[in-house]
Amino acid sequence: MNRSEAVKTKQNLPKKDLPKKKTNVFQELWRNKFLYILAVPAMVYVFVYSYASLPYVAIAFEKFNYKTGILSPFVGFDNFKYFFQSSWAWLVTRNTLVINVVFLIFGTIFAVLLAIILNEIKKKKFLKITQSTMLFPYFISWVIVSYMLQGLLGTENGLINNLIANFGGDKTNFYSTPSYWYPILLILHIWKNTGYTAIIYLAAITGIDEGLYEAAYIDGATRMKRIRYITLPLLMPTICIMTLMSIGKIFYGDFGMFYAIIRDNSSLMPIAEVIDTYVYRTFKNTGDPGLSMAIGLYQSVVGFILVFTSNRVVKKFFPEGALF
Amino acid sequence: MTGENAQKSLAIKNDKNNKIKSGTADTVQQIIIYTIVVLFSLMCLLPFVLVIIVSLTEEKSITMNGYSFLPTHWSTSAYKMLFSPNSSVPRAYYVTGVATIIGTLIAALITFGAGYTLANKQCKYRNALSLYFYIPMVFSAGLVPWYMISKSIGAYDNLAALIVPSLLFSPFNMFLVRNFVRGIPNELNESARIDGAGEVKIAFSIYLPLCLPVIATVALFYAIGYWNNYFNAVMLINDKEYYSLQMLLFKIQSELTAMQHLAVGTSNSISPPRESFKMATSVVTMGPIILLYPFLQKYFVKGMVVGAVKG
Repeated sequence: MNRSEAVKTKQNLPKKDLPKKKTNVFQELWRNKFLYILAVPAMVYVFVYSYASLPYVAIAFEKFNYKTGILSPFVGFDNFKYFFQSSWAWLVTRNTLVINVVFLIFGTIFAVLLAIILNEIKKKKFLKITQSTMLFPYFISWVIVSYMLQGLLGTENGLINNLIANFGGDKTNFYSTPSYWYPILLILHIWKNTGYTAIIYLAAITGIDEGLYEAAYIDGATRMKRIRYITLPLLMPTICIMTLMSIGKIFYGDFGMFYAIIRDNSSLMPIAEVIDTYVYRTFKNTGDPGLSMAIGLYQSVVGFILVFTSNRVVKKFFPEGALF
Repeated sequence: MTGENAQKSLAIKNDKNNKIKSGTADTVQQIIIYTIVVLFSLMCLLPFVLVIIVSLTEEKSITMNGYSFLPTHWSTSAYKMLFSPNSSVPRAYYVTGVATIIGTLIAALITFGAGYTLANKQCKYRNALSLYFYIPMVFSAGLVPWYMISKSIGAYDNLAALIVPSLLFSPFNMFLVRNFVRGIPNELNESARIDGAGEVKIAFSIYLPLCLPVIATVALFYAIGYWNNYFNAVMLINDKEYYSLQMLLFKIQSELTAMQHLAVGTSNSISPPRESFKMATSVVTMGPIILLYPFLQKYFVKGMVVGAVKG
């Protein structure tokens, strides 16, 4: 709304320079040819990797053959039937959703708590150093994280198993016991991302009017009360936006994380195989693009509905937070 | 700070009883806060320290005592092995470095171009264009088309496979640039036009320098993405000549695991996977990130806050 108004006034201002006549498509393209040329590389790239990929969706309904490509024989919903009748359909969907929901809830709680705690620190130098340290894991690849994890949990040489052995306990084979892995994955997620997310919340807290705190202080509000009645309520919009945005992505597992940490370890798959790694595995192992395309399409469609809805909701309630 | 102290002393004067209570409670809270922050920082830091120490530990010490913060014997042999003539690490380093530099430069330019156009009010179809870039952000057809397209445009088993697929352009970064350009007053554009500057000059001599902060942020997003990416190599590289660093690390680990499980020797294509060697490879892989960290953090924090809060 505001923008179109702004455009109108802009067009009224330099009347002498701009032609008043309505222009058609070609005139517009010609007049601003340089601007459009600047955008062409990005447009071509997006076209090749997004719009041109739509015809490939047909593979999901075909018995794929590398000779005939996209024009392979049509088999209807056979690929989907095969997938949904296998036990994997439920398993990977459940794992993806459960893991993402757990990550989202605990990730948000930890990040908000950390941001509030960091905000209470008044020593600037201390804050800077600790914040840099907390952000560092975010920049490190999951492959290296998997090395560190091996260093901690490894059965032969791992630090934790060494400690257990030193205290006379039996070494635990973490890599073949699925029940340990919900907490392990959650800790990894929090360890790697909390420093990053907390910065966003901290920025929102810093934006809160200092006068509110001073007034509360004079009225005798304790630290806890100030957090409870000023920081948290004013932080709520940011928390809601961030959460909604993450809900949009809840159907996508973090391939980089799961494939680096779990790899091809089949004993952990019952809890840690997510849709993304499963699509990859069917593609690599069965060599049937039709099946993995069908699973991928299932993910894309549900994912699209979630992303689209969450964006709409954000736009409706928090217009300033919406991306588009 | 001084204002706050003044407030505090005022509050203390006003209420003596309250002073004592809130005073002790406050110190206790302060101690708890600082302890939590220090503990979490240590949690974030110590794994890296462990990796560095293990990379400098003698192999025997590891096999005897396992990983330890205080090894009995130190050694730099892992690093010597890393840079020996038949090591595949230098080649992977080179491949990853080239892919990161070329990719980041092209990606930053493409992103600036598109973001600049979308922010420009002269451009009548900018909203349609925004929509064009927005759709792929909410719908993607997934892995299979991505793989087939990459293969058909020739991004397979070569450097292009590490540069082009999925890493070269991100609409999210473009919207970041667009929002930044929108914040620059339009009068600048108009006055430059009146002074007779051409479109090319306006874009590259006036707007590009002004946009350097956001371009730096975006470039860092891309550079980190390139440096840490192993997905492209997993999917599109079979030739060991084009293994990126992360891919090499990934493979070393896999071969070691396979060896432990099957109790057979590995293929001799990759140097014998030893613990300290693995960790030394991790250290050199993290090297550039550690070196560039102060710079990186500055722009990353800026960009993140802009991108996340303002969208």
